[in-house]
Amino acid sequence: MAEALAARPQYPLEGLVAGSAQVQITPAAPASRLALRARPDAVAPLSKALAVKLPQKPKTSARGTAAKTKSRQALWLGPDEWLVIDTDGADLMAACQPATGTFSAVDVSNRNTAIIVSGAAAEAVISSGCPQDLSLKAFPVGACARTLLGKTEIVLLREEEDVFRVECWRSFSAYAFAFLAEAARDPMV
Amino acid sequence: MLQIYCPYCKEERPELEFRHAGEAHIARPADMKSISDEEFEGYFFIRSNPKGIAFERWRHVHGCGRFFNAARDTVSDKFITTYEAGEPKPDAAELAAKSGEADK
Amino acid sequence: MSGANRIAGAGRLTPARTVRFTFDGDIYTGLEGDTLASALIANGVHLMGRSFKYHRPRGVLGAGAEEPNALMGIERDKARRQPNVRATVQEVFEGMKAVSQNRWPSLGFDVGAVNDLFSPFFAAGFYYKTFMWPKAAWQKLYEPVIRSAAGLGVSPDEADTDHYASRYVHCDVLVIGGGVSGLSAALAAARTGVSVIICDEQAHPGGALAYETGVAVNGEPGFDWAVETACALAAMDNVRVLTRTTAFGYYAQNFVGLAERVTDHLADPGPELPRERLWQVRAKKVILATGAIERHMVFANNDRPGIMLSSAARKYLNHYGVAVGTKIGIYTANDSAYETAFDLKRAGASVEAIVDCRDNPGEGLLSKAADLGIEVLTDHSVINTSGARRISAMTVKRNRGGGSRSVAVDALIMSAGWTPSVHMFSQSRGKVAWDAETERFLPGEYAQDCTSVGACNGTDELQASIDEAVAAGSEAAKATGGKRAAKPKLKGTGAGNWSGGMAGSTAGAGPDTTVKAFVDFQNDVTAKDIRLAVREGMHSIEHVKRFTTNGMASDQGKTSNIHGLAIAAEALGRDMPEVGLTTFRPPYTPVTFGSIVNHGRGKLFDPARKTPMHGWEEDHGAVFEDVGQWKRAWFYPRAGEDMHAAVNRECRTVREVAGLFDASTLGKIEVVGPDAAKFLDLMYTNGWQKLKPGRCKYGIMLREDGFIYDDGVVARIAEDRFHVTTTTGGAPRVLHHMEDYLQTEFPELDVWLTSTSEQWAVVAVQGPKAREIIAPLVEDIDLSNEAMPHMSAREGRICGVPTRLFRVSFTGEAGFEVNVPADYGRAVWEAIWARAEPLGACAYGTETMHVLRAEKGFIIVGQDTDGTVTPQDAGLSWAIAKAKPDFVGIRGLMRPDLVAEGRKQLVGLKTKNPKTVLEEGAQIVADPNQPVPMKMLGHVTSSYWSENCGHSIAMALIADGRAKTGETLYVPMPDRTIEVEVTGTVFFDEKGERVNG
Ligand SMILES: [Zn+2]
Repeated sequence: MAEALAARPQYPLEGLVAGSAQVQITPAAPASRLALRARPDAVAPLSKALAVKLPQKPKTSARGTAAKTKSRQALWLGPDEWLVIDTDGADLMAACQPATGTFSAVDVSNRNTAIIVSGAAAEAVISSGCPQDLSLKAFPVGACARTLLGKTEIVLLREEEDVFRVECWRSFSAYAFAFLAEAARDPMV
Repeated sequence: MLQIYCPYCKEERPELEFRHAGEAHIARPADMKSISDEEFEGYFFIRSNPKGIAFERWRHVHGCGRFFNAARDTVSDKFITTYEAGEPKPDAAELAAKSGEADK
Repeated sequence: MSGANRIAGAGRLTPARTVRFTFDGDIYTGLEGDTLASALIANGVHLMGRSFKYHRPRGVLGAGAEEPNALMGIERDKARRQPNVRATVQEVFEGMKAVSQNRWPSLGFDVGAVNDLFSPFFAAGFYYKTFMWPKAAWQKLYEPVIRSAAGLGVSPDEADTDHYASRYVHCDVLVIGGGVSGLSAALAAARTGVSVIICDEQAHPGGALAYETGVAVNGEPGFDWAVETACALAAMDNVRVLTRTTAFGYYAQNFVGLAERVTDHLADPGPELPRERLWQVRAKKVILATGAIERHMVFANNDRPGIMLSSAARKYLNHYGVAVGTKIGIYTANDSAYETAFDLKRAGASVEAIVDCRDNPGEGLLSKAADLGIEVLTDHSVINTSGARRISAMTVKRNRGGGSRSVAVDALIMSAGWTPSVHMFSQSRGKVAWDAETERFLPGEYAQDCTSVGACNGTDELQASIDEAVAAGSEAAKATGGKRAAKPKLKGTGAGNWSGGMAGSTAGAGPDTTVKAFVDFQNDVTAKDIRLAVREGMHSIEHVKRFTTNGMASDQGKTSNIHGLAIAAEALGRDMPEVGLTTFRPPYTPVTFGSIVNHGRGKLFDPARKTPMHGWEEDHGAVFEDVGQWKRAWFYPRAGEDMHAAVNRECRTVREVAGLFDASTLGKIEVVGPDAAKFLDLMYTNGWQKLKPGRCKYGIMLREDGFIYDDGVVARIAEDRFHVTTTTGGAPRVLHHMEDYLQTEFPELDVWLTSTSEQWAVVAVQGPKAREIIAPLVEDIDLSNEAMPHMSAREGRICGVPTRLFRVSFTGEAGFEVNVPADYGRAVWEAIWARAEPLGACAYGTETMHVLRAEKGFIIVGQDTDGTVTPQDAGLSWAIAKAKPDFVGIRGLMRPDLVAEGRKQLVGLKTKNPKTVLEEGAQIVADPNQPVPMKMLGHVTSSYWSENCGHSIAMALIADGRAKTGETLYVPMPDRTIEVEVTGTVFFDEKGERVNG
């Protein structure tokens, strides 16, 4: 018989803050995440099941439109690959269960963690370690890509003009956070 | 740092996101178990290493994750074209001509 | 007072804004905006350093990045001490400490100057020829002496306390150079709305406009126009203006490295500002407006302090308000030096004579000189100079015979003409072309999408430069999507129309002489050295360069290359273009390690990966070891325990009670899809189709050549879902290897791979009491032996959170691996620990894990294998499915060498003395008395003290090892030979009964 003991979660980066007057660097709230891979026949059924249209265009993301899925975003990572994030922590594995077609859904909620970089210098701070062109023209609001930050891989999502979500693997998050904090020491936008 | 056009992301991305993955268009024999030692040698050990246009495999490892193929001039270090894995090998002579024009 | 040589009313600095600094301990006063060079000259200091080889006294040659002589150490504090700073670039700030270099004990009296007396022994190639023999002397004598004598400056010996910033930036148009051409091009491009970056290495924009005071643009003084234009550009949203920023490297596809010096000129920068900012620019178009660099005249003793370039003297006067001397001599082969003479004369200096080696100076110059009362000696040469720490006289002689006369001077201004600065163009892999008419190298064939404008393109005339730049700016903008905009209307006036110039040595320093006429000041290369190199058989400029070191110093031959080339060409009797120009390589000027390393130092040198349980492990005294980027708990010493004692205790406890081990770093890959089993069949030697959901299996992965690549336990979670584990270090490459086959060889398979290494935290609970420890915490899973035997997997809950619970063992004990979502890793670990500790269990680290697995003969890929070991070699033939038609490595395993007799096989070793622990990597021989080199049979791969066995244990790869079981072999060590017996690889619980307990 199990003892009445509910384990309490411990999140990476808990309690950390960094930044300056021009940029804030904060850990994102816990979220549920799905690594989704699918053949074309499953894209529409999965979009329906998750109530967010899986984007087909490189470097783009889509947000759920229904009241219940506004907290849900699907990020194009590759031609058959999406990262689905639900900031309300919905059970995404269960949500895509009814979908037909050939696909792979894997829960990676705890594999990744996210850092929110916001403020006037957000783009400059990320550009300190990300070799992609992050100007609004090349990387508009809603754009997303798997790329690099310094010596670690990240998934970058531009949520607003001056708000970025930096997703990284859990054990790299301390490095990514420290890197961003270091880059934020440069007071230039 | 080079800029490499990923045929899946459909744009140029910085070289840091990519990883080289050896020579392209070397098909793994379907009847692996029955090939001769010479055939295995040719498949596994021998590479062409040309001066001029080389066909290479690359992976957009820190991007879309896809393997793709590229024709690159080993003299100028320039990518001439990139294309999806599984597409036929382009004609080297045509590419050489194209590459020469681009230089002018 | 900011120096006796400061001319009232001259220059642009504000007299009231004084700055105090020290040079070799003496206090001086300069003005804000001064460079160290201008401030020292203002104070009458010309002796600023000693030369590299002969330790000759040297002063300033130039007024910018080309400076070869005036290299200083600049010190803020002990940790922030920068050697080899050019005094002509470093701006003074309040409290700055500058020290001269390459002298001992002092700049004025230098022992090394004795080298100058013995200079016949120090000719070109000296280093190559002298230090040849005896070989042993290299390490003990030659190298230390050369290193201490040859060093330029002293590097700091404390960690740098500054921080550095870095930015990737993408723009439409990058303009390198902020002179009149660069500014004109940037202005034309910026108006169309495209994104523009313009950079200049100097503290101010304007380039040559800083000293060409006669020039006006649109009627406004040139320098004022430049400053206003730069300000106007900086105010535009689409333009970034970077001063004090050197474009140091031009790489493929218009990728240009810029180093911005942010605080080196500030007295008290504060901790916020980075010292330097590295810009990595990707530009659609690059416009090179890098100007030209003046050359010196090559004549005897042309290196005394007080001898400098004409443009430098003019800049010291017109920008800094400093006269470089009171009695000026001019030695020139081109017209631009006349303007310097005129400016100095007007400022009140006495110009003793203009010595022009030509007989026909440019139009109007002679009459203008006459008007100012300056004597001009055409068709004359300066054939020598005198003066100890500063020039005191020049010896002048008519070119065609006649006697010589000495003219007293305290400064000698020289110009041999201008070298277009093609460094960036050359770095871009563009090919320079020889322009016979003007005798210079100009940009020829372009390799990248860039354009050269102005002086670096050989465009000498002011309006032509402006027009060329405006056109280039407009075209670059048009090509990068700029909107239509009127071109800026810029009219340049007042520039001289200069002609003339020469390359090579002048009269009196020709091939028939033995005088010291310096070509490369920083490396002390003379015209004679270059001729010697040619005589010794160096016929290509690349060889001459390496033999003489001409152009190889930190100034990269900015002033010396063309002279060196001309002298070599003359000696070879060939034309300059035939001898060729050396290739320019990055960096244009030295870049600090701080900028290059940037954020990547200290804790940002490399990511340090920690598991969710890391904090608990720290709290419980774990000592950590690095496994790749991971920090893993190595062992948990208790009070009074050393590593040996801790590991022995941990090993014993696990087998007697139980132990907890953090296995979170194991690589994990979720393989999902209807063809998952089919795919694993191809990736592993084992068969997977028959593995039932809920069961686990040990898998071996090969490369195509048949050698072991990785191994791990695979659990089948569902028909179409496998949980694959890999070695800790192998995780990324195994996923890459599997993706490669899936995408490119088997794309038709419906299966996908997802890394879940970090989704799951893994608590390994191993030992006789493992079940008892976890049972009360687990829901929905029957843990009994019957329901959940060895090698089974279940999904359920533990401590209220979902788990994948595996009954697996890497210790030989009954045990479980508890996978929980990583956020709950620490809490679940703590809950299990709370049960385990009272029962007498321990936490154990990687060292104990290694020992326990070795006691059982379990291999570690990468330790007991090395990329040349097959499953047969490792005793794992049982893991190869015999009936499969294909898997990666199936054909490799059939190669003649891999099936041959006598291959190295993995065996166990027991030392004859049970207490002796072998060294991993030690070689093994059959006969220890054979002569050296001995025939090696193999080597020790793993070796430990086994507390549980009561003797040492080892594994080894030995030729035909299994057939040698029971034989005695030898391990020769430096101090003794160790006797060993070949055994099987399992040392503990040979029957393997304990896993089922
Ligand atoms: Zn891609």
